Amino acid sequence: MTDTQDSVEELPPPALAASRADRIAQIVVPVVMLALVILVWHLYVTLNHVPHYVLPGPLLVAKALYNDWPILFRALRVTLEITLSALALALLGGVAIAIVMAQSRLAELALYPYAVILQVTPIIPVAPLIIIYAPTTYAALLIIAFLVAFFPVLSNTMQGLKSTDHNLLNLFELYGASPLQTLLHLKIPNALPYFLVGLRIAGGLALIAAVVAEFVAGSAGANSGLAFRLLESQFRLNIPRLYAALLLLSATGVIIFFVTSLISYLLLRRWPESAVRRES
Amino acid sequence: MNIATAATTSGPRMGARKPLVSLRSISKVFSNGTVALKDLSLDVGQGEFLSLLGPSGCGKSTALRIIAGLGEATSGTVEWPSASFDASGKPEREIGFVFQEPTLMPWATVFANVWLPLRLAHVSRAAARARVMDALAMVGLDKFADAYPRELSGGMKMRVSIARALITRPKLLLMDEPFAALDEITRFKLNDDLLNLWEKFGWTVVFVTHSVFESVYLSERVVVMAARPGRVFCELPIDTPYPRTEAFRTSTPYNELCRRTSDALHGAMDAAAVAP
Repeated sequence: MTDTQDSVEELPPPALAASRADRIAQIVVPVVMLALVILVWHLYVTLNHVPHYVLPGPLLVAKALYNDWPILFRALRVTLEITLSALALALLGGVAIAIVMAQSRLAELALYPYAVILQVTPIIPVAPLIIIYAPTTYAALLIIAFLVAFFPVLSNTMQGLKSTDHNLLNLFELYGASPLQTLLHLKIPNALPYFLVGLRIAGGLALIAAVVAEFVAGSAGANSGLAFRLLESQFRLNIPRLYAALLLLSATGVIIFFVTSLISYLLLRRWPESAVRRES
Repeated sequence: MNIATAATTSGPRMGARKPLVSLRSISKVFSNGTVALKDLSLDVGQGEFLSLLGPSGCGKSTALRIIAGLGEATSGTVEWPSASFDASGKPEREIGFVFQEPTLMPWATVFANVWLPLRLAHVSRAAARARVMDALAMVGLDKFADAYPRELSGGMKMRVSIARALITRPKLLLMDEPFAALDEITRFKLNDDLLNLWEKFGWTVVFVTHSVFESVYLSERVVVMAARPGRVFCELPIDTPYPRTEAFRTSTPYNELCRRTSDALHGAMDAAAVAP
């Protein structure tokens, strides 16, 4: 608590105006940049007569996106389903195990090394094994995506639970707080910014892992996700559709990032700057 | 206020009092072998304003924590002659503790921070409301119940911390260098406010500080501690009657008391330097 005299309402008006201009620029500049890139892309393809199986123009990609929407959308739903289920499981499991480890030193000693091993072992060489053992391909994909997303949630939440202010812990002790009260009223709220960092990392990783898992599994058929459609388009030299699938994937990634950032923002609005800055 | 006339209004406070808490030959050795306290004995009278003054490392904060029950003494006993006992046989200490930092939960409003001790005792928000607002009014922050700590200045945060310590109506208020991080103007204001509250409610205060001027201004008795090992070096009664005001802070007797206390503190520091 070194900031003894700061106060939010003391922000002078010029700073407010500057921050508003900056906020508008934050939206306008990237949009203009995107439009420029698309324009250059279009001009490059049309002026150089690049064949569409090498690099399709933006119009062709848009057309593929529109025409193949039923196929792509079904694939997107599969990928999204795996990503979000894996993320949900990772959040539940990561938070639950973090709480157990933070409450019990024995559990921490017993579990943490294996959580680290799980994290540092590359998932691709393990994936074939998981595919063999899992009852269905879908389950295998879910397990792989879960394993990747789980650790950031676990380690960040645990760090948050354990970095509680010692004086506040003393205060709770002084007033005879039970371990459960200390957990609910002190450790969990304190861990929130850390958990949200974990959430943001895990959100991005879950999508990547879902795609990678599908590459490894190579599952075909009606239940295939965007990664399979990507590979399929590549085999068939249907490059416009490949670009369309890629576009959908990165849009999904952007949306996941945006939603998790929004959740962080909404939950941390009331926190002091120092705590909020720690998580960016 | 004129000191000479104030001296005639000497109240019942100044007489001998029953101790609220007594430390008997307290020693504290940390696990790394550091002797934080050695054979410390101290009586804290009921309603007394006592300061523990000493250089860093003299164990004054450790002594305070042992009184609060945060950490056991290695040897010696803490007696609570008049306390009632709870179901587990421990004395009900009825303590409020104010740390050097405001130690507020940043995610909770001022109201929720002050409510915390009652909440931990299973008092609902609605049932606690009146008492929380009273405590906030005492420190002049009743208009800030819905603010978050980040919106407050350092002095205001410390007031919230004091309100939280007072919410349980403790008999003993323990303060561990509470104003050390504040600027001098804020510190003087909080000193005055603290004295006003103390005179009004008559709790017992043990106030840890490393400021000679603060200890003399506030207390009835200054206990000077020496380091390596932490122990009581000497005691100085400050028998200037209350209320003490700005006039006292600039008076000659105050200067004289500060000089004597400062000498004692230097004596304590020299004693620590030659101690085995």
